[in-house]
Amino acid sequence: MNYQMLLTQMLEATLMSLRIFFVTLIFSLPLGLLVAKGRMSKIAVINLPVRLYILLMRGTPLMLQLLFFFYAFKPLFGIQLDRVLAAEVAFVLNYAAYFAEIFRGGIEGIPRGQYEAAKVLGFTRKQTFFRIILPQVIKHIIPPMGNEFITLVKDTSLAQVIGIVELLKVTSNWVSSAVEMTPLVIAGAFYLIMNGIVTRCFTIAEKRLDYYR
Amino acid sequence: MQILSAKNIKKSYDGTQVLNGISIEINKGEVLAIIGPSGSGKSTFLRCVTQLETVDSGEITICGETLVKNDAAGKAVYSDRASCVKIGLHIGLVFQNFNLFPHFSVLQNITEAPIRVLNKSKEEAEITALALLKKMDLSDKANAYPCQLSGGQQQRVSIARALAMNPDILFFDEPTSALDPELTGEILKVIRSLASERMTMAVVTHEMKFARDVADYVVFMDNGTIIEQGRPEQIFENTQNERTKAFLSRFNED
Repeated sequence: MNYQMLLTQMLEATLMSLRIFFVTLIFSLPLGLLVAKGRMSKIAVINLPVRLYILLMRGTPLMLQLLFFFYAFKPLFGIQLDRVLAAEVAFVLNYAAYFAEIFRGGIEGIPRGQYEAAKVLGFTRKQTFFRIILPQVIKHIIPPMGNEFITLVKDTSLAQVIGIVELLKVTSNWVSSAVEMTPLVIAGAFYLIMNGIVTRCFTIAEKRLDYYR
Repeated sequence: MQILSAKNIKKSYDGTQVLNGISIEINKGEVLAIIGPSGSGKSTFLRCVTQLETVDSGEITICGETLVKNDAAGKAVYSDRASCVKIGLHIGLVFQNFNLFPHFSVLQNITEAPIRVLNKSKEEAEITALALLKKMDLSDKANAYPCQLSGGQQQRVSIARALAMNPDILFFDEPTSALDPELTGEILKVIRSLASERMTMAVVTHEMKFARDVADYVVFMDNGTIIEQGRPEQIFENTQNERTKAFLSRFNED
């Protein structure tokens, strides 16, 4: 077995997994916040479509959504998304729905008195949200966010259903052709290292925000 | 000079009349105490004049600016949003539960609004804040966080936070009700000293002795109406109304 070739391919595939991971986070976190706001809106025209979107994203398999954006987008909308873009769109939309519900839980957990104090002091709604509410929300949602980030690292492996060569795809190629288990062990170690780093980051963030209750 | 004028304020929640024609006036430098049993509408009244609730009908004028008045049909019409915000800057409110911002230090709790809302420089806001903290006897706590303070200390910070906005009138919504009995004294002391500086204030309180000593004027409310009002000597020593008598006698028992 050519270990150098194996490792090179696995590292390259890991970069693809990481790319999907970071692109998903960069876009789905702000989008999730926006969706959370829509979900909490009292205006039915905003609230109802947002609820439907969250239901669709959380109620169907992510793998189905990946297949949809790669294969069904062209017949429906006339545009063919390339594999990676289709994967990124599916991941962003899927994770934004989960993040939205986490944000919503965090925002609704802030006592009403915080809004009232801010209002009486003359803060605008925007200032109140970004300076007073959101920083407190972030502290409260760190544990559930940690779960999602870890799940996302592992979920990137689903991208192989639309032919993307990510870490687990390369691994299974090697395992099936070489009839050897080493790649599985290496892949496991790679995922563990990535999630070890994610966990460490969350521990640090939690510690940093520990200065208040 | 009249700071607050509220005329015939009415408000109901789901068909229950919470305020049934409340009229209150406060002049500059006066201290008003609002007393009455729980659920009598005292706090709701404060929440209406501080714009945390809206009224159904009635007229509220603060520092000569009209916040709300009745239309021809007798329904409340509020001024435009910009005016409401501007009128809100005349007032400060101290909450029962302090409502400090937990993620900000004591100093930042006090400077944030002057910097963001009044566009003061950080230096100027901090000088004012430190002076207020000194007055509240909390100079050593500027860099502490609210969770590290006692209830009494938190409430003094929240008074400093309200004063930093330089309001024309300061409202207190049961400022000692969330405190342990041994801590109420420090808050009442602060309010007394503000009264001696002729700060215009309206205090909703269950501290009868305090109301009697500090207030220039006392209003007794029950079931959303003003039952009796007058100078403290009049209310406490020459009580006219039976309901006021019954209410006050419960406090005199202990």
